Amino acid sequence: MHIDQLEKKWAGISLGIAGLFVAVILGSALFHGIHAPSNVETIDSARLHLSEEFAEDNLGAQLNADGSVTVRLVAGRYGFYPKNIVLPAETNITFRWVSLDVIHGVHIPMTNMSTMIVPGYVAQVQTLLHHTGEYPMLCNEYCGMGHAHMWSNLKVVSKTDWANMNNQGEASHE
Amino acid sequence: MNNSAEKKLALTHLWVAFGAFGLAAVMGLYQVIERSGFFGFLESRAVYYASVSTHGVLMGFVLTTFFIMGFGYYTATSSLKMPVWNLSFAWVGFGVSLSGVVMAALPLLGGAASVLFTFYPPMQAHPLFYIGATLLVVGSWFWCVSMIVMYTQWKNANPGIAVPLAMFATTANAILWLWTSVGVAVEVLFQLIPWSLGWIDSIDPGLARTLFAWTLHPIVYFWLIPTYTAFYCLVPKQAGGFLFSDEMARAAFILLVVFSLPIGFHHLYMDPEQGHGWKILHAVGTFVVTLPTFITGFTVIASLEIAGRLNGGKGLFGWIAALPWTNPMVLAIILGLLMLIFGGFGGLVNASYAMNAMVHNTAWVSGHFHLIFGGTTVIMYFGVAYYLWPILSGKPLFCKAMAVKQLWTWFIGMIIMTTPWHILGLLGQPRRIDSVNYNNLLTLSWEPYEVTMMFGGAILLYSSALLLINLYKTQMGTEAYQGEIEYAEPIHAPDDLPEYLNSFKLWNIVIAVFMLIAFGYPILQFFLMETFGSGRWGV
Ligand code: HEM
Ligand SMILES: [Cu+2]
Ligand SMILES: [Cu+2]
Repeated sequence: MHIDQLEKKWAGISLGIAGLFVAVILGSALFHGIHAPSNVETIDSARLHLSEEFAEDNLGAQLNADGSVTVRLVAGRYGFYPKNIVLPAETNITFRWVSLDVIHGVHIPMTNMSTMIVPGYVAQVQTLLHHTGEYPMLCNEYCGMGHAHMWSNLKVVSKTDWANMNNQGEASHE
Repeated sequence: MNNSAEKKLALTHLWVAFGAFGLAAVMGLYQVIERSGFFGFLESRAVYYASVSTHGVLMGFVLTTFFIMGFGYYTATSSLKMPVWNLSFAWVGFGVSLSGVVMAALPLLGGAASVLFTFYPPMQAHPLFYIGATLLVVGSWFWCVSMIVMYTQWKNANPGIAVPLAMFATTANAILWLWTSVGVAVEVLFQLIPWSLGWIDSIDPGLARTLFAWTLHPIVYFWLIPTYTAFYCLVPKQAGGFLFSDEMARAAFILLVVFSLPIGFHHLYMDPEQGHGWKILHAVGTFVVTLPTFITGFTVIASLEIAGRLNGGKGLFGWIAALPWTNPMVLAIILGLLMLIFGGFGGLVNASYAMNAMVHNTAWVSGHFHLIFGGTTVIMYFGVAYYLWPILSGKPLFCKAMAVKQLWTWFIGMIIMTTPWHILGLLGQPRRIDSVNYNNLLTLSWEPYEVTMMFGGAILLYSSALLLINLYKTQMGTEAYQGEIEYAEPIHAPDDLPEYLNSFKLWNIVIAVFMLIAFGYPILQFFLMETFGSGRWGV
């Protein structure tokens, strides 16, 4: 067998590059907190209204005792419900998404909140929203003829504004 | 050897491939125009999604599968210098695949299968669509059997001798495809068909996505291997030089087959039905599979450099100018490599577990695969077509200048179409939307990019027409042409090849172990936990 000297070197370099990539992703996955939904938690999508957690009254943002916020949203053709939510910036937020029909996907542009919403499963994503402002939440997996019409609105406000809103007894989902 | 029967077999496959391509290219232009929203009278989501579903199936499954089979049959007979094993068996496979395509086309064109080429349940298509798609795959298994039989026969007749590289690569692809298609075959046979016929009432979309992910990554390498085969086995000769290393090429093909299989979960990074650890495992594999591409880049560029210097090129870059830029195959590889370099950066972003969240399912993804797949992979299919058409049809190429122009316009059109497509993704545009409706200012920033994409699409359709006219006129020509395919010679003949570079026995075992590790528990888990299936949903 004949392998050229140069080629051996290059194979070594390639191996090095691939190794470097692997190190970088492993590092980022282990140390920087990855926001992919990987909770493998099942739920009966046909009976969401009967489930405790995703019954209509429980949807939207909820402040937890430790200061973090949990948001529960239901995706269904064609919208994410509740359709308008307000969330605090710079706060640990846990999104919990379920679908009541087909597969959807959702992302909030310019952030790393992105997940697929597969019927039968709860998709949980943890993130921090850094910038205040209005964001669309867009469906990004084809889910039928109305796919391009599937979105809802997110408003990110400062932590204090959010606390004030909640204190005045306003629902966190306008 | 009289191989006119083989030539006819190959040419018929290739015509189906490029016929499908031509139809899909027309749909492509319609799609970029419709989705821009600038032409109100065109707006129809029903037509749009029927079109995208058909375009995706024709480009992704029909063009590729038929091209691979046709090119494979001719590679086998010409490199091994033996007739295609059992010609009628091969024609039956062709018939099965073609009838599958026709069967799937009916609901696709009628709007009863607008589920896109990924057909994720629980959105349901007409059963004919699933059955047709299955037949297309089953027909391709005939081809796989044919390739493996011919490879084995030749090896038995020539013990201890290296199998010609082109056939080694083709057999690698046949084996890859058999492994690859298992995932989707199980999904379709045990989930989708019984469910669409009403025999079972619910299926688990999480399991379906996992099985589809089994297929979704290696299928890309099934499409790519013919392109790499041309890189290694045809291009060096056309450029006027030699293959830099036969052994490294074999190693690259083996790495491609082995490592492209157990890594499909990078399509599920954002899915809830698989755990973190499994995703990371597949993410690591995803970077390992860059290795054979780096090796290929090096060997192929080194081979081109040898050719350029033999042609009299001097200096650090002089050899590039000395390459025969007007030889369609050489031009195709140069433009293909350029697109691979651009696309490679995009691929790194997709593959990084963390960055993927930014671009997942945005327009970025569609832009990326049009560049790599519609660009790098398919431009080489064109290069091969220009080379093979005269050989297979026995008529000289109608017009070489037109071929050169076609390749350039394909390249330019791709760059013009996919650059704004990537940017749209970064600006948050979801993929697979038929129109822009969001009541958000962000969408205003999308408009100029949508306009640019239309120009790209128009150039691409023009380019597709040039290709088809050239091939058609060649076939209809009156002059005769006599020629056979010429494979590139390696600088060093591979004479004392170790068995592991000449046989797939060991590698099949390695693959089986890898697949068991990578997919065993992730599939088993669906039977261990309580899951809730989904019923049937229309589009
Ligand atoms: C004539 C040039 C082409 C144009 C103008 C074009 C345009 C498009 C458009 C606008 C879409 C919809 C994508 C989306 O909404 O996200 C699409 C989808 C697709 N294209 Fe092309 N395309 C062209 C050539 C190709 C080629 C050469 C291939 C591969 C061989 C290809 C493969 C696909 C596939 C597989 C899909 C389905 C994507 C999905 O379902 O998300 N296209 N194309
Ligand atoms: Cu949706
Ligand atoms: Cu992949």
